[in-house]
Amino acid sequence: MNDRDLMTLTRRKFLIVGAVTASSVALPPFISALASAANIARPVTSAVTLEVNGVSRQLNLDTRTTLLDALREHLHLTGTKKGCDHGQCGACTVIANGRRVNSCLTLAVMQQGSKITTIEGLGTPDTLHPMQAAFIKHDGYQCGYCTPGQICSAVAVLDEIRQGIPSHVSTSLTDQPELIAREFQERMSGNICRCGAYSNIIQAINEVAEATA
Amino acid sequence: MRPFSYSRAQSPAEAAAQAAQVEGARFIAGGTNLLDLMKLEIETPLHLIDVNDLALDRIEATPEGGLRIGALVRNTDLAADSRVRKDYGVLSRALLAGASGQLRNAATTAGNLLQRTRCPYFYDTHQACNKRIPGSGCAAIGGVTRQLGIIGVSSACIATHPSDMAVAMRLLDARVETVRPDGTTRVIPMADFHRLPGNTPNIETALSANELITAVTLPAPIGGTQVYQKVRDRASYAFALISVAAVVQANGSGRVAVGGVAHRPWRVEEAEQLMPDGAKAVTQQLLAGATPTHENEFKVTLVERTLASVLSQVRAAS
Repeated sequence: MNDRDLMTLTRRKFLIVGAVTASSVALPPFISALASAANIARPVTSAVTLEVNGVSRQLNLDTRTTLLDALREHLHLTGTKKGCDHGQCGACTVIANGRRVNSCLTLAVMQQGSKITTIEGLGTPDTLHPMQAAFIKHDGYQCGYCTPGQICSAVAVLDEIRQGIPSHVSTSLTDQPELIAREFQERMSGNICRCGAYSNIIQAINEVAEATA
Repeated sequence: MRPFSYSRAQSPAEAAAQAAQVEGARFIAGGTNLLDLMKLEIETPLHLIDVNDLALDRIEATPEGGLRIGALVRNTDLAADSRVRKDYGVLSRALLAGASGQLRNAATTAGNLLQRTRCPYFYDTHQACNKRIPGSGCAAIGGVTRQLGIIGVSSACIATHPSDMAVAMRLLDARVETVRPDGTTRVIPMADFHRLPGNTPNIETALSANELITAVTLPAPIGGTQVYQKVRDRASYAFALISVAAVVQANGSGRVAVGGVAHRPWRVEEAEQLMPDGAKAVTQQLLAGATPTHENEFKVTLVERTLASVLSQVRAAS
């Protein structure tokens, strides 16, 4: 498609939605040609590049695809779990550009160029991440469904404390927050465990915190 | 979720202009609330304008001695900013009392102000809701109202604004900076930013169509002892039943704003004149004219007792 086609389509769309005057021309065609209001009932796809666990991955995705679904359904990285799909349970927690997020509440297209770490990228069965090893040692799960999210979250929690980010239970806003159970409990509240393995999860985090203090 | 097209804006003015050119366009930043509502088809944008590339993620000192917080500053970063922690402790505390670590890492300053109510009748698309479908009625009135509003409500809507951050912003007299599709900018005081529901509860803020928030500014620090106390059904990761934000000066004067009771953060400046007289006097004035239901009249008592707790914490700290 050449530039002239794009311009024509863009202007037609403008006429359809009646949102601009006839004098408005030469606006950038910032919307894909598929995206006119007239055919919006059809899915719109977009190219997305993500760096997942150190590997660049190119995808062509329906714009509605969440990061979670891109990981699970398109890249077949099924370690990351879908629990509630509404940001309430934390099973989908991954680390995006160094920060833990709910992968169900961000679109893959919004993560263009992001560096994503999933449970598969933290460690392998032969070379476990210390947090994975600690969860096994302390029996930090029963069914295991929430565990990948718990572990990604826990790894990020220790980072956040070391960066000096305070929490709701930090006694002082200005002192360095402590690596203590009360802090871990508060900071892990976005990860729900239906089996109730919470006390063992806190023991696992505590062990990693002490080992790396 | 309904199909939508997607683009990324490169400047605030361009984003606002684009939004005015496309039917059904919405801005998306953190997405933690909008995307959730899109899955439920409560929000059905035809086009999303991703504003994450806009350089609005900094916190800068203002010439007046305050701070300008970029619209895209994430809740985690705002709460952890050393200047906010030192001079605007009530804002840090409010942010840290809200949501989860994962959500605070994604949610933005502007998005936090614009989040929609958590009224269960708004979320349940089988129920009448004037906010979701104007004119359809309000199933919350006469329904389960324990979490809902007690003051400033209308016969069309009794929803509350869910934000903790907004309560602190209101207390601190923050101002919201915006850009409109024609490129003009304006400043909206927090006192005027969130509307009462009236007959149009679907119109929640003073923003006009396609107006984009670019920053929130804080005036110079006002000192005092700053407290944010949130009361909720579980110790973490739950919306407030009520919350009290307060700044108390050494002479007993101060400010109070309350969350979880109304369609906007609730602050009545005249009530603050009564701060030296204690929690009961302040609450009587602050919540004068409240129309709670049998299920949520406990909130009136809870506000008074939480404020009393806050004032006693302040006395203990000084």
